[in-house]
Amino acid sequence: MTYNSMELMICCAARALEDGKTVAVGTGVPCAAAMLAQRTSAPNLVIFFEAGGVAPQLPTMPISVGDSRTCHRAVMATSMADVMETCQRGMMDYTFLGGAQIDAYGNLNSTMMGTDYAKPRVRFPGSGGANDLASLCWRILVVTNHDRRRFVKKIDFLTSPGYLTGSGAREAAGLPPGSGPYRVITDLGVLGYHAQTKHMEIISLHPGVELEQVRQATEFELGVREPLHTTEPPTELELDILRREVDPHRYVIGRAPVERN
Amino acid sequence: MEPPLQGTGVLFTDPSANRARDTFAAKPRLLHDKRTTVPEAVRQLVHAGDYLGIGGFGSVRIPTAVLHEILRQGKQDLGLAGHTATHDFQILCAGNRTGRGKTLSRVDIAYIIGLEARGLSPHARRVMESGDVAFTEWTNYTLAVRFKAAAMGVPFLPARSMLGTDTFRRSAAKMITCPFTGETLVAIPALYPDVAVIHVHEADCYGNCRIRGTTVADADLARAAKRVIITCERIISDDDIRRRPCRTIIPFYCVDAVCQVPFGSYPANMPCEYFSDEEHLRRWLQVEKDENAFRDFIEEYILHTRDFEEYLQKCGGQPKLEDLRRQEQSQGSR
Repeated sequence: MTYNSMELMICCAARALEDGKTVAVGTGVPCAAAMLAQRTSAPNLVIFFEAGGVAPQLPTMPISVGDSRTCHRAVMATSMADVMETCQRGMMDYTFLGGAQIDAYGNLNSTMMGTDYAKPRVRFPGSGGANDLASLCWRILVVTNHDRRRFVKKIDFLTSPGYLTGSGAREAAGLPPGSGPYRVITDLGVLGYHAQTKHMEIISLHPGVELEQVRQATEFELGVREPLHTTEPPTELELDILRREVDPHRYVIGRAPVERN
Repeated sequence: MEPPLQGTGVLFTDPSANRARDTFAAKPRLLHDKRTTVPEAVRQLVHAGDYLGIGGFGSVRIPTAVLHEILRQGKQDLGLAGHTATHDFQILCAGNRTGRGKTLSRVDIAYIIGLEARGLSPHARRVMESGDVAFTEWTNYTLAVRFKAAAMGVPFLPARSMLGTDTFRRSAAKMITCPFTGETLVAIPALYPDVAVIHVHEADCYGNCRIRGTTVADADLARAAKRVIITCERIISDDDIRRRPCRTIIPFYCVDAVCQVPFGSYPANMPCEYFSDEEHLRRWLQVEKDENAFRDFIEEYILHTRDFEEYLQKCGGQPKLEDLRRQEQSQGSR
């Protein structure tokens, strides 16, 4: 069955979420992944939106993290502080983040490009809730396209914490022990972090992708977790639910140019 | 490398709880009719140099009419808590680099420039990349904590965000050691804005307010600010408020002005009332690409319109608004 890279990334993200856990999501891919997970392997996944929507039964994908849909058949419409404090107490298992740049330790930049902070070459929105979620949730997932401009040795601005400078650095900085980056899901493969060094490593290559291709698309040196797997392609059921129920208007899955067999 | 013990960012507002108490001591407690018009509220309560906090979530439940009026009255040199700021920030940025001086001079940033999934605002980017607005970095939670500390009447609160990052380095927060556990925490300074502007569903004439849907940071923001302007979809009776006191989110003694503005969050979403006008928001992003076209656009839609009602008419009037109501009813919160 034909599928595109976005559909594959969403399926990988959905499969990474265990049933009976909590997840803080934004709009777009994370939301699609959480909705797909609820309809397949994680029916009891509890979805939170940072603006205050708690456990909604999403009819369709929201366009804002605070719009009305995030409270559709929700159990509670609360405050942002309440949601973030749920994370700070240790009750948020997963979150999804993105950024213009990511380094080998999963640190993210969504603030600026350039060297002069007061006069940035490109100014981005800033942390929003990303730094908070990256600091306070147990497992952080990133879903992004894979290229050398994005996977860099040194990010221009460390907006949201990954493993900072490596093993033990989060704890030394005062961040909650045991929390941190978990998976990076790209159009080339699924990546994780080495148990000791906390350095990014490839876990599985998507069908048809060569290891060399991933290395070429990554500026820093990439580890390999042995044995290196091939990503399971989306099942017909996953694709059917994704296309018919989760994103019928193709807002998110329509963004991928690459068709794969 | 040792982590810095404090951020290098500028603290734009005074975190002193004692000085805030002096201000709150002078706030009137009388139940009196605070209904007024948007132009009058802005004239009386927003002054040059003031620091603003805006309620809602950027494209959800924002006080659009007051933001337009701030531009129309040409208020200058304002500070802003850029907390979840999207279309609200876009409107205020229209007062910079469009030949009418400088509406914004300093911004505490958690989220600015972007309109979430819709993309980035070209004009807001121009303003923030030009170097003529001072800014300090924060996060959505830590700015919410700053309002919460102010609402509590304390000068700071501890949190566990921002540690180890450039976001902390460019903030005005400080690292502290917990006196009980010895753990490292971040001290987040209270933010007492001069003015908060919040759009709500219902208010009585005294300023008791109800909100449906998420409250974001507005319960704290209303308590933290020295002056509060409320716009509301509907004025309800004080009797209605007293029949269901558990529904009051903001009490009258925090509020200085109440303005009835139906569809007051347009083109943003208002939970349970109307959905956002995505077409109009796309138009903003499109027209901003060209500086001259954008200048003409804000003259036509904001500066040369008489009031918010005329803006609604220009944007499609009743048929458009009824359509947004239908959209909200079919897929929004119930």
